[in-house]
Amino acid sequence: MAVKDYLRERFFPHMWCPGCGHGTILNALVRAVEQLQLPKNEIVMVSGIGCSARISGYVDFHSLHTLHGRALAFATGVKLSQPRLKVLVPMGDGDALAIGGNHFIHAARRNIDITAIVMNNRIYGMTGGQFSPLSGPGVKATTAPYRTIDSSFDVVELARAAGASFVARTTAYHAKECTELLAQAIVHKGFSVVEILSQCPTHFGRKNKEGDAVSMLGLYKENTAKLGSKALEENPGLIPRGIFVEKERPEYCEEYDKIIVQAMKEKQS
Amino acid sequence: MARQKLKTIMINRDWCKGCGICVSLCPTKVLELDAADKATVVRPEECICCRMCELRCPDLAIEVELEEGKENG
Amino acid sequence: MVKKIRFVQGNEACVEGALYAGLDFFAGYPITPSTEIAEQLSERLPEIGGKFIQMEDEIASMCAIIGASLTGKKVMTATSGPGFSLKQEAIGYACMAEIPCVIANIQRGGPSTGNPTHVSQGDVNQARWGTHGDHAIIALTASNHQDVFRMTVDAFNMAETYRTPVILLFDEVVGHMREKLVVPDPGELEIVDRLRTSVAKDVDYHPYLPREDGRLPMSDFGGEHRYNVTGLFHDMWGFPSNNPKLVSGLLRHLVDKIENNVQTITRYKEHFLEGAEYILVSYGSSARSAIHLALNRRDKGEKIGVLELQSLWPFPRELVKEKCADAKAVLVVEMNMGQILTQVKAAVNKPDRVFLANRIDGKLITPSDIKQLLRVIQGRGV
Repeated sequence: MAVKDYLRERFFPHMWCPGCGHGTILNALVRAVEQLQLPKNEIVMVSGIGCSARISGYVDFHSLHTLHGRALAFATGVKLSQPRLKVLVPMGDGDALAIGGNHFIHAARRNIDITAIVMNNRIYGMTGGQFSPLSGPGVKATTAPYRTIDSSFDVVELARAAGASFVARTTAYHAKECTELLAQAIVHKGFSVVEILSQCPTHFGRKNKEGDAVSMLGLYKENTAKLGSKALEENPGLIPRGIFVEKERPEYCEEYDKIIVQAMKEKQS
Repeated sequence: MARQKLKTIMINRDWCKGCGICVSLCPTKVLELDAADKATVVRPEECICCRMCELRCPDLAIEVELEEGKENG
Repeated sequence: MVKKIRFVQGNEACVEGALYAGLDFFAGYPITPSTEIAEQLSERLPEIGGKFIQMEDEIASMCAIIGASLTGKKVMTATSGPGFSLKQEAIGYACMAEIPCVIANIQRGGPSTGNPTHVSQGDVNQARWGTHGDHAIIALTASNHQDVFRMTVDAFNMAETYRTPVILLFDEVVGHMREKLVVPDPGELEIVDRLRTSVAKDVDYHPYLPREDGRLPMSDFGGEHRYNVTGLFHDMWGFPSNNPKLVSGLLRHLVDKIENNVQTITRYKEHFLEGAEYILVSYGSSARSAIHLALNRRDKGEKIGVLELQSLWPFPRELVKEKCADAKAVLVVEMNMGQILTQVKAAVNKPDRVFLANRIDGKLITPSDIKQLLRVIQGRGV
């Protein structure tokens, strides 16, 4: 199947701004699905609300466009009720970690076999450029005209601590790496998190003098380094990319199936 | 490994929003934005078939077709 | 065949009804006085291969059951006032996206944390208007366990028929008191399943295009047809649109599909209504006291009747108007500050003859409470 077969072409050109990193993430994601040759009828994409969430309308899978922050809760219902389905959950940074933070923690804690894609552009784009919990301090946004005083946190560390069994990070500059990591995340049995730094030139870039899409991608190239690389060793201040967690842990739906077996057995006796 | 030959780079002008990512990040300067602000192939002979334009394009507007008839699939 | 006779709490009667109706996915969160429903289902569902999950909060529970309903399951959650408030956004989502689901609210004292272990019927209007925007909703209630069972089955049937969330508005007294329940045999009560599309594979399926009879065939996620579901206004394929004609058309559809079927949806019971001079309109545990009073005063020659409502929304206006037409006075008996009162007043011919007999201190309204208020209305004092 060609990449285009995974798209709902009738909706293109999509609604994202020129140069939006989310478009590159869509590109990388369908290539990952194509690489894995996953049947379209087996995939459910559950998204929240925001520019990121619009991705679900462009893919030819079962798509569920839900409420701000709640994608993982809906996805848990989908997955637990029908575990054979591949559930992909793309979310924005605010979507996943502000209003959705609680559900993020618990989906990770349960290690339910869902792939969470955090499309992190450090801004609330759809509503016009307000700062998000991932913006970090010193950032200009429409609700921080005097610059933010809010710190951000490390999504990878949060996911790890909450129990996610596959955690990775990359950026929209590293398109090939995106496809690789997404493919691995989807294949991984358990809760997978892929944080992808994505440029919003329209709001974040303009307000914070980071330039256009090309220059923002340049920043992703300069300010990140692969885990285990010499560059990271020499400059630990760079944002690390790669796989941070990859382990086997009991998966939630499988564990619940054991409960069913136990309950049925006890009922008979 | 034999160097792959480019057959053609197809650019969907309806989808292309002229962001310039493919133009700026092409290692051999194959692409430019034309008068209508759409990506266009100006130096196909320089193409090294790395396909980064196709992989990075936020609009999914680029398809790099290689000589053996293999597409981006 | 020996009927299953059980001595249970109302919450458990609800569980029995849900399982009878085909429940196979429950997501919930503990909250007094509904917790027993979650506890019972955590045990009973896996026994039949169903799934139970305790989610991290009330909102997640509501979202999870919507997700599960889309894969074809019959779903339910249970809560009380504060949790009901939390669920409202997601309930609105289920209304807009037309997803069958059942929400049991075992009402307690409110507002806010209120009176967790004591009764009220304060969430009636919230069940109607808790979520934002114009929408219709179905809310059922019951005063005894046999009817709790019955209304729970009806709730599932209506959710599947109309592709809507249905609210079971029970209350703490009915939820926690113990009473006999006779579990019907399989096949005794009708079970309705959602209409599933007969559109073939690779043929265009429209999830939101009503058939001529108004029904909307569904297709399970994971099945042959891939489509979009969203809380935005959408076209017949489920894709977002703000086209004015489409918006007003969809809104009309969401409201009409329920409001136009009031008669079919209405559930009620009559007690001593024939020739009644005074009519008590009541529901839930309040109705038990109303019925007791009517029964008790019959022997004294007083003609008091009870119209026991079992469907509160859509409000059965025509029914109430008809039944109360000849009454000298109507007393609405409820444990709130007059939520059904307003509806009854708007429905009857003589609204100035409609009075409120209520109790709002967390205790069950008693037959004496109602009698005293009736005497005042009758001009007989205390």
